[in-house]
This record gives sequence, structure tokens and C-alpha cells, in this order.
Amino acid sequence: MNKAMTRRLTRLFALLCLATASMLAHAQLHITTEGVGATQIPIAIAGFADENLAPQQVSAIIKADLDRSGFFKIIDTGNSMSETSSINYNDWKARGAFALAVGSVQQLADGQFVVRYRLFDIGKGVQLSGFALTDKAERTRLSAHKIADDIYLKLTGVPGDFSTRISYVTRVGKQYKLQVADSDGEGVVDALRSNEPIISPSWSPDGTHVAYVSFENRKPVVYVQDLVHGVKTEVANYKGNNSAPAWSPDGSKLAIALTLSGNTQIYSINATGGGLQRLSNSSGIDTEPRYSPDGQTIYFTSDRSGGPQIYKMSAGGGSAQRVTFKGDYNISPRISPDGKTLAYISRRDGQFQLFVLDLATSQELRLSNASMAEAPSFSPNGRYIMYATDSGHRNNLAVVSIDGSVKHQLTTQLGDIREPTWGPFMK
Amino acid sequence: MRQLPALALVVASAVLFAGCSSTKLEDKPAVVEKPVATETAKPVDNHAVVPMDTGSKDDLNTNPALANRSVYFDFDAYVVKDEFAPVVTAHGKYLSAHKERKVIIQGNTDERGGSEYNLALGQKRAEAVRKSLSVTGVADTQMEAVSLGKEKPKAAGHDEAAWAQNRRADIVYN
Repeated sequence: MNKAMTRRLTRLFALLCLATASMLAHAQLHITTEGVGATQIPIAIAGFADENLAPQQVSAIIKADLDRSGFFKIIDTGNSMSETSSINYNDWKARGAFALAVGSVQQLADGQFVVRYRLFDIGKGVQLSGFALTDKAERTRLSAHKIADDIYLKLTGVPGDFSTRISYVTRVGKQYKLQVADSDGEGVVDALRSNEPIISPSWSPDGTHVAYVSFENRKPVVYVQDLVHGVKTEVANYKGNNSAPAWSPDGSKLAIALTLSGNTQIYSINATGGGLQRLSNSSGIDTEPRYSPDGQTIYFTSDRSGGPQIYKMSAGGGSAQRVTFKGDYNISPRISPDGKTLAYISRRDGQFQLFVLDLATSQELRLSNASMAEAPSFSPNGRYIMYATDSGHRNNLAVVSIDGSVKHQLTTQLGDIREPTWGPFMK
Repeated sequence: MRQLPALALVVASAVLFAGCSSTKLEDKPAVVEKPVATETAKPVDNHAVVPMDTGSKDDLNTNPALANRSVYFDFDAYVVKDEFAPVVTAHGKYLSAHKERKVIIQGNTDERGGSEYNLALGQKRAEAVRKSLSVTGVADTQMEAVSLGKEKPKAAGHDEAAWAQNRRADIVYN
């Protein structure tokens, strides 16, 4: 082989690599952040010693998580520092850091990676936290997210949820996919592929199952899919529609919407199917049930007063009380993990916007600024809401902090993403 | 796909007729159906094949009155308009005469609003068509009203013309 040919082949190979990389990028979600929190904690995050040994760069993932949260200002450190490095507190104080995170990565003989980390309070000159995590090489990302979770907890007082996962539905042409990804949109896995629509995915409280509505049988049918074992069970296929599954907090039941009476009404079933019980009783539409975190109340959408409004009733059924009063179209109720805030979609001036309502004071706040917002979902720590939105008739996912100060968007380069649902904290 | 059950029916009725004729042999000779042909003095051509027809009465895919299987609705409306009464009447008559036939009535909405609420609104359209068919004498066991909400739009646009196409219920034969 002559030199010119080798060069040409090398160039071709490089082009192929680029093409492959961009094809892979299509499958990924991309994050763009806009806006920051009102107060930001300055934190220095050192490169972790030997982190280039692992398939993913631990310190980069931690930085991206904390940066995206809006609560931190990241200070670059230059060189890497392990958990045994000595710390010159005055030096870090001079650079404006309130906290410093350091660590290391080590590969074990069995191929697993140990990620060690320590967090220091620069002002007080003390260690705030520190631990070691051992996991498979491909789960190094998870170890990094768990460290970011710990930093978030120690410095803001609220548990971080970077290590939690999200689920959503993509559509490219006629191919629908229910996908699962890390909360930052990385590590995408297909949970279900179908040629028919999939809507309303909902995580089980332990994060191992997802309930959803699939149209694969020419009508909406509710399935529960065991993500861990890849088994899908039909749990509600009654005559008419079967939709809007919502898990009870103990994971034993699903509240669903059925049309056995001709109109859409709320029922409960066992999470494994059967045990049908009617909960709502109106002559119109009652749908989109959601259990309150204590399992005592079900919030739902009803058109019993004319247009759709949000109501609540006892989880055992019975009479309902109206919850929303502003606007003539309020749908998709979601209750915050502390039970104090209601997120919902409200049509105002012809546009569908995300709102939150303080249930104690009835104070409402608009969080979206698009022509379309759909399917809100609280993050497990209650500080963020993910929802579907549009830009130029392509659907994306957006995340907003509940005070509206921090926003980011998750987009794909191909097709639509809809129906996001944020998974729970997992052990 | 739609023609397959019709074909199955033709075959089934042919088998049935064949069974009947063999039981009625005792007193009268079996009626021999002949094609109407002009009598001539020519000898019979033993290689001739004259095509015949079973005369199937299932006209689902041939009757023009049954060709239209869609009912369109106004914005935020869930009643079958008078102009679609002939569609409902024709399918009601057909289903009443063909008790073995079953339909799924799929309601649809335009793209505006939430997925689940639109699913419930689409159901109201399917249910309106189901009730209208019921009035014409179609048995409940022959019908299932379901909704596809805004998930399967027939028209892909984002304007009133597309939305009007998608505010619809379709009568789909099994």
C-alpha cells in the first residue's frame, strides 16, 4: 500500500467515525440551559485522580449536574485532586469557593470501578461528606450522579435527584419508542418499540415498572411493563377505552380511566390486574387520576362544570371538590412530593401553559412561556417540573424549577419527544 | 384486509347451500340452475365452462351507501350532524341485517389540548355514533366505541382545515 492510499484510507476512516458519531448523537438528548437560580453556591470541583481510566469522566458529570441545577457556580480548579490530597483552605477561600469536592477513580481486578469522593466546607475548614462507590464500568455515570446528589443535599439541604431516571415517548416517522434515560438525558435505553402510539407512561413507586397506554390493539389498553425483566402485562383491557394509569404510593393499585359506562370515569384496579372498583360518578368526563403522596386523595380532571377543571376526591371514591377556578380549561393535575403544590396545564389566551398552584394559599404561578405545554411531571425532590413543549411543531422536553428561575430543554435531532415522566428515588 | 371476511362468508355460504341441496332430494328433483342461454341446434361443447355466481348478499364493500364510514364533527361538538344521518342509517341497516358483523367505532380529535383529555373527548364522538347506530337497531354486542384522541391524526397539518379532518369518528369493520 502506498502512502497516498494510506492517507486516503485514513481520511475515509475519519469521515466514517464522524458519521457514526453524528448518528449516535441523534439517539441522544441534548440539553440547553437558560437562567440560573437567585442564589448560587460557589463550589470548586477538582478533576478526580485517575478518572481517565473510567469510560466516563466523573468530575465532568458532577459539574454538569450541579451547573444545570441552577444552585451552583462552578469554580475551575486546574489540576486534579484525590481524596487524600492536602487542602489549603485559605487558598480556596481566596478563590471564592465555599466548598470543594475532590476524589479518585480506581479500577479493580474484576473490572469494576471504585469512585472515592470527599466534600469540604472551605469557610469552616472541615470535611462535610465523603464515601466510596463500587460499580460496573458502564455505571460510572451513576456513581458520578450519586456524588452530585450528595453535594446537592449537603449544600442546599434538599436531596439531589441527578441519579434518578426519566421516561418519555419518542416518535420518528411511524416508529414510537418508550425510552428510559438518566435525568440528564444520557444513557438512553429503549423500553418498548411500537408502530402504534404509546401515551401516559407512569413509574411504579420503586422504579422497576412503568405503566402506560398502548394503541397496538386499535384501541387504548393499559399495560404494566417490568423494566428489569422485560415483561409486559395487559392490566386493563375492558370494553371501550383504558387509559391514564396512576400508581398508588404503595405500588399495590392503579387508578385508571375506563369507559364502561359510555363516558370516561375513574376506576381502580390491582397493579397486577383485576379487582375493578369504580371511584368517580359523573355523567361527563372524569379522567387523569393522580394519588396524593399520602395515598388518601385522588386529584383528577372533570368537565362536570362545563369545561375541564381539576377536582379532588377521597382515594376510595365519593363526592368531589373543585380545586381550580381560574381559566376555562385546566387539565393534567400532578401533586408535588410534599403534597403542597399542584402542577397543571391551563389554557390562557388560546395557549396551553404550565402552572403551579399553592394548595394552601391558592396562589398560582405560570412557569412556561410557549404555545404548548403538556404532561407535567415533578422531579422526585419536588424542585423541578419536566413537561413536553413545542418549537416549530417539533415536540421537546423542558425542565423548569418550581420558582421559574431555572430552565433547560432536552431535544433530539430527529422526531418528537412527548409524555415525559420523572422516575422515583431508587435504592 | 377488509375483503378477507367477505370472501370467507362467500365460501361459507357455498358450503351451506351444498349441504341443503343434498337433504331435499326425496320427492322433487333438485332444481338445476341454468345460465340463460340461447337454444341452438349445435351440439354441446363438452369443454365449455360457463361462469356462475353464488349471488352473495354481503354488499359491505360493493354498496356505495356503505363506502362512507366517517362522521365529522364541529369544534368542541359531540353530536352527529344531520348531514351524517345517511351514513349512520346505511351502516345501521347493514349491521342489523348482518348480526355476525362487528364494528369498532374510533373517535378522534384535533391536536389541541392534552392527550388524555382528548382521548375522553374522542370517546364522546365515538359514543355519539354508537348511540345513533343503536337507535337503528344494531345490537350492543356488535359495537365497541373507543377513542384514539389526538394520537392518530388523518390530516397532518396544524390549521383549521387539518383540524376539521381530525374531528371525526370512523366506523371500522372487524
